[in-house]
Amino acid sequence: MSIQQTEQSKPSSAGPGAASRSGQRLNAERIITLIILAALIVVPVAAYYGDARYWVDLATRLVILSIAATGLNFILGYGGMISFGHAAFIGLGAYAVGIPVFHSINDGFPLIASNNGFLHFVLAMAVCAVFALLTGAISLRTRSVHFIMITMAFGQMTYFAIVSIEKYGGDDGLTIDLRSEWPLITFDHPLVLYGFCLASLFVVMYLVHRMVNSRFGMVLQGAKQNEERLRALGINVYNYQLTAYVISGIICGYAGALLGNFTTFISPEMMDWTRSGELMFMVILGGVSFLFGPLIGAAVFLLLEESLSRFTIHWHLPFGVLLILSVLFIRGGLSGLLQKLGGARDR
Amino acid sequence: MTADAMAPILRIENLCKSFGGVTATDAVGLEVLPGETHAIIGPNGAGKTTLISQLSGLLMPDSGHVYFKQCDITRLAAHKRAHAGLARSFQITSVFMQMSVLDNVALSVQARAGHSFHFWTPARTIRKLREPAMEKLEKVGLQDRAGDITSSLSHGERRQLEVAMALASEPDLLLLDEPMAGVGTEESARMVDMFKSLHGMTMLLVEHDMDAVFALADRISVLVYGRVIATGTPDEIRSNQDVVRAYLGEET
Repeated sequence: MSIQQTEQSKPSSAGPGAASRSGQRLNAERIITLIILAALIVVPVAAYYGDARYWVDLATRLVILSIAATGLNFILGYGGMISFGHAAFIGLGAYAVGIPVFHSINDGFPLIASNNGFLHFVLAMAVCAVFALLTGAISLRTRSVHFIMITMAFGQMTYFAIVSIEKYGGDDGLTIDLRSEWPLITFDHPLVLYGFCLASLFVVMYLVHRMVNSRFGMVLQGAKQNEERLRALGINVYNYQLTAYVISGIICGYAGALLGNFTTFISPEMMDWTRSGELMFMVILGGVSFLFGPLIGAAVFLLLEESLSRFTIHWHLPFGVLLILSVLFIRGGLSGLLQKLGGARDR
Repeated sequence: MTADAMAPILRIENLCKSFGGVTATDAVGLEVLPGETHAIIGPNGAGKTTLISQLSGLLMPDSGHVYFKQCDITRLAAHKRAHAGLARSFQITSVFMQMSVLDNVALSVQARAGHSFHFWTPARTIRKLREPAMEKLEKVGLQDRAGDITSSLSHGERRQLEVAMALASEPDLLLLDEPMAGVGTEESARMVDMFKSLHGMTMLLVEHDMDAVFALADRISVLVYGRVIATGTPDEIRSNQDVVRAYLGEET
């Protein structure tokens, strides 16, 4: 919400105190943002040339999950739609890479049998758009807990559908033998793949930033705060929410296609409801409706997962405690906390 | 003025609505003329809010008709009525709490300006949204709070914001559902002044505050047990025996 607030202060006729306060907040946030961006660029490159491949992989996973979490934040944070089935989009995106590659190596399904990256990514986004349109059209007729449950049900439905397709490995998953092929670049080089993911994250974040502050975004945020009022203003909220849901699904599908290329092994397990839950945790931990929230949330999530799982295989337990504490005691998630430390008092 | 201009902007015919055994709206007939401030008063439970909800489309009547600008809008969806030029302010304050005051009004202007499937231009930089919004805030006297977050407004200021949002949709008819509800004496006097300055705009006002009603209304309709028992100028209503009886009890 950082950039939003600077724009908000423009037409404001509030006192000079408010202006300097938001200036202060901006600086603290800007510094932290710059540190994160610098780390995202420097650390993987250094790690790669310092022979610490593990960190490159971790960073790649972080960036891909951040893209997906940003997609979820678009509807959860800004739109107030708590989807518990977003892992399905990631899974579908990954299978949109895996299945064409499978058919290009083995025979059959000539329509999509290809290693072409453009085909993979367009297919991933198209499949997710259609899936989001169909499931969203139904889910968005419900609200609150019902919406959570029905999105989760659609997620699980997809999970079991993929499990039942023996041809693509079913329960055992599917190995992607070849990565998406592009002109000029190759995903087989870890730094190239990482760079592609990072550039994608920046583009997605910029797009979400533009959308959130656009007229569409105002309606989306308005619907979160007071749906009834929007309707009385003459706005058909459903159409806007459905559009946002589809956009969110497309972003997660794109992240899924990247994830398939990164792990080169995909299984239905990646669309399990616990995965959707993890994605939600990242968004909430990072701070809903903050542009950088999902990135921060994903980073803390992964670092905690890595460090805690070294001490104990029951790492979920301390992890859960930390999550509960963060939800209870830092309102606005970690981004909110950073803003508070940056001197903002009015949030 | 042509005959057309004096035709009622809103005409209610024989409207009925009951909930189980309770008849909340009982064969109500009413006309609102262009430019007039028409008030609906009545004791608690007279069915005022039920009536206004049917006018704004949140409730559907059992029978009868509502004509707005000569069109039958009895069964039109709420958001379509808003587009047709019928704006409503809510009895319980209904605004966007986490947005700035100006954002609230700008969103209302935006709703009026057409669809909002615009994904790129920052809404807060669009002058054709911000300028009319600011103008409406000036009309209700909230211009100094334009940049503040709405949740920081006092109750009375939120009511003013409500009115600014309703004005922003450039309505042909403004439905005001108890705009003074829960507002302190001082603020209520300020709001009466504000509504006086809006005089000339067609308003249908439902209000408990009798001082406000008699200060503002050109005509008053009295609703008792879902029925309109009298319609007339404030002076006529004040001296109407049926009204006095309804308010003071049968024995009077």
